[in-house]
Amino acid sequence: MSDINTQRRQFLKTSAGAAAIAIAPGMMLYQTAHGDTAAASSSVRWGMLIDTAQCKEGCNDCVNACNKENGLSGKTGVTDSQWIRKIEIKAVGSGHAVSLPMMCQHCEHPPCVDVCPTQASFKRADGIVLVDRHLCIGCRYCMMACPYKARSFVHETLEDQNPDVPRGKGTVEACSLCVHRIDKGQIPACAEACQNKAILFGDLNDANSEIYKKVRSVASVQIRADLRLNPGVRYQGL
Amino acid sequence: MRLLATLLLCLCIPLAWAAEANAPKLDTGKGGECVKDTQWMRKNHMHMLKHQRNETVRKGVRVEAEALKACVECHASTQDDSVTARADSFCVGCHRYAAVKIDCFECHASKRKEALANKDVK
Repeated sequence: MSDINTQRRQFLKTSAGAAAIAIAPGMMLYQTAHGDTAAASSSVRWGMLIDTAQCKEGCNDCVNACNKENGLSGKTGVTDSQWIRKIEIKAVGSGHAVSLPMMCQHCEHPPCVDVCPTQASFKRADGIVLVDRHLCIGCRYCMMACPYKARSFVHETLEDQNPDVPRGKGTVEACSLCVHRIDKGQIPACAEACQNKAILFGDLNDANSEIYKKVRSVASVQIRADLRLNPGVRYQGL
Repeated sequence: MRLLATLLLCLCIPLAWAAEANAPKLDTGKGGECVKDTQWMRKNHMHMLKHQRNETVRKGVRVEAEALKACVECHASTQDDSVTARADSFCVGCHRYAAVKIDCFECHASKRKEALANKDVK
């Protein structure tokens, strides 16, 4: 074997070793990201059951809690973000009045996701419909598509956002079902703030959960059920 | 061959020194042990953050140590609790030097959580 060939072999061995080390950081990054922290599971379907009989007219606790949790201004002008609104409705014939909170209904077949040109609007495995603001170009197609008028556009530059809830100018946003709280094992801020326990939050797929049992034992409806979007938010007493 | 190597080495050492001397001086805040060593982070933090953000937003995988929030918690200045407020702030210092514009903090908080909480009280 010639001298040159030995050198060449040695060089190849060394470079292979160097390459192995160079790959290691990337591999490590992958492993940590897929460590103990669990991803959202498709066996879960987060939802809400809202009892309109318990929802008091004039009470704004859920709206205020949402604004505080997510850093919204609380203003209700046309260009202000509103993730949850209180609505008072009255039947024309009987005069029967009902008060209820309205927010993103977290549809199983969300039209906002269908129309999004950048796939920023998406449904997480556990049924939460979100906007990936990294991809959102602010076209507002989703706002047009949503039959519940649940989404808002951020018109002005924002400062001092809640570190858990990044929000910014030029993107669309909506109720996230307090996804940052759910991932910590907490319930959404509105459900926690409701003094009359009108908002029941839970996993619609978990046979042991309170919401699963209640949805099966009391009459409840989905708003605009005719659109067959199968919202995760249901209303009792409508 | 050996001569060439020596020549290269002689050329490289002053270069490395010069680079170190011109590097921006940063206010690293509390600092402490990072998820990776400094040199690795300098070169790869953007890939890590991008990978992490997709995992978190779209799949719900939340690894606290790799979150931008965790970067800010440790590296926000001890004087003004921010990573962007001054020319030598942790993020701004290098990004200005490298002329790379970042828009992370148009949406994400650039201050420590505790500093923002105190502001609400006042």
